[in-house]
Amino acid sequence: MPTDTVQDTALQTAVTQERVDKISAAAYRIRHHALNMGEVQGQGYVGQALGAADMLATVYGDQLRFRAEDPHWEARDRFLLSTGHYAIGHYAALAEAGIVPVEELETYGSDNSRLPMSGMSTYTPGMEISGGSLGHGLTIAVGMALGLRYQGSGARVFNFLSDGELDEGSTWEAAMGAHHHQLGNLTAMVDINALQADGKTDTVLRTEPVTEKWESFGWYTQRVDGNDVAALLAAFDNAASQAAAVGRPSVILCDTKVGRGVPLLENREKAHFMRIEENEWQICREQLTAGYEGKASA
Amino acid sequence: MSTTTEAPDTAAAAKPKLKTSAMIASFADPGQKTSSAPFGHALVKAAQENDKIVGLTADLGKYTDMHIFAKAFPERFFQMGMAEQLLFGAAAGLAESGLVPFASTYSVFAARRAYDFLCLDAAEPDLNVNIVGGLPGLTTGYGPSHQATEDMAIFRGMPNLTIVDPCDSVDIEQAVPQLAASEGPTYLRLLRGNVPTVLDEYGYTFELGKAKVLRGGNDVVFISSGLMTMRALQAANALEAHNVDVAVVHTPTIKPFDAETVLREVNTDRLAVTLENHSVVGGLFETVASAVVTAGLGKRVVPVALPDQFLDAGALPTLHDRYGLAVDRIVAKVLAELG
Repeated sequence: MPTDTVQDTALQTAVTQERVDKISAAAYRIRHHALNMGEVQGQGYVGQALGAADMLATVYGDQLRFRAEDPHWEARDRFLLSTGHYAIGHYAALAEAGIVPVEELETYGSDNSRLPMSGMSTYTPGMEISGGSLGHGLTIAVGMALGLRYQGSGARVFNFLSDGELDEGSTWEAAMGAHHHQLGNLTAMVDINALQADGKTDTVLRTEPVTEKWESFGWYTQRVDGNDVAALLAAFDNAASQAAAVGRPSVILCDTKVGRGVPLLENREKAHFMRIEENEWQICREQLTAGYEGKASA
Repeated sequence: MSTTTEAPDTAAAAKPKLKTSAMIASFADPGQKTSSAPFGHALVKAAQENDKIVGLTADLGKYTDMHIFAKAFPERFFQMGMAEQLLFGAAAGLAESGLVPFASTYSVFAARRAYDFLCLDAAEPDLNVNIVGGLPGLTTGYGPSHQATEDMAIFRGMPNLTIVDPCDSVDIEQAVPQLAASEGPTYLRLLRGNVPTVLDEYGYTFELGKAKVLRGGNDVVFISSGLMTMRALQAANALEAHNVDVAVVHTPTIKPFDAETVLREVNTDRLAVTLENHSVVGGLFETVASAVVTAGLGKRVVPVALPDQFLDAGALPTLHDRYGLAVDRIVAKVLAELG
């Protein structure tokens, strides 16, 4: 096995401080990358990237089996980003994973870049699907999980989706299909930041009660603070031990905070597409680092 | 028989017999040679040779001949329920995992309801996803909810997608392994049930991307696809009685289009007629017309196609006559054009 293969940590059962620290450090770096990428563009989906950084750090740093130098390695676990506009956070996670060079991140959204604003499989190594038309990811994930299982692969499929995508009927078609076909190799991660393009989720289209919906669709359902790394790790451990073996798909519903880790943005009026002034980027980075170091030393 | 059976017979005879609009109406002529479920059997045969082939459907296995495959390979068949977005998203996922899916539903649902999923999940990444659409064009009397009169118009704009409009069981049997072998996404306009066998008499073989001249003729050239090639051949025979000599060119692959063969046949002083089981908008006629204009040919082309409107419900023979797809209507149109 190549040395740069992430270790098979999926069956770990203890949420040790070591695991939490490792993922927290990765999440900090993902946030830092996202702020740098956002600064080049002057705007963007930075708020979402900051909110989802802990989820991305956990799945890449603790769960996924992959080979950084061989993104198409047949036995890899698949991570499907349904929410194409979260690509900024995903690119940061791919850099953290060693699949995309850190220095390439500054090309985000520029002409001829491999890192377009909305994630596409044909552009970026490690990007499994082209998201962006919301409500697609889970349908593809169902087929991928079926296909891998049929071919005897032990690879698992993770689909990252947003609470806004719960508006789409196709998400629920896929939820039914995954349960019907007993896809224990499929895990959905839903970023519930309670915000979508036109405003707060409960004013756009009320999706709650979300937990009960997934439970009624037959999924092994957990709802956690998506910015609590220890809770995320425990949820993945539970999913692996409780659901996968009995052929039940798992969903981890993650309540997150837009702009998490940067008080200036956490407290700003929430917007799908956040505007950050030129002089604010350095303040954001300083606040992020102060918060991370403060927590690490506490 | 006793007189007790005569009374109901007499009563029935008093009423005019109604033509009905069966869901899956056959367009085969009485006594015509047919083949049963050619798609299902061809898929089984292809799957015996290629273990990557899998089948899936959206609650229409029995109505798209996919049930033949499901019975032969239950472990390679996936029922996705009446959920077309899931059907094609999952087909893309299966292809991403290295398999070769054939996913069936009715053409209306594939083209109208699941377009976004086919476009972005299968066509953009150029995956080997094979769409199998039942009831293409006017092959059911159920009205616009089931009549895919504009499916080719919808799908022709989708980059990377290969579109095949087969005439008969010969086309289907030969097309299926070629669709599986072709790397990108494909759309097959399925003819199901007892499908006429026509092209075996013309020394014909299906080649993906190729048009074939089925018969020569000096006065008129028919450019046709799908079941209208069968009608074109019948109309050509009927026109012999009027001393009109008709050539027939069958072009089952609509995209990529074999413009070279078609333009060579169109670019003569014969009357050029296109025949398709599809709206006059966006199908074979416009494919030929754009090829003719692009090549700079000042050539008139006459379309035999469905009108640009929502069609009536009713019995298939009635509707084919009403909308000009019946042989008699084709003959009359050609004679009128020739003056």
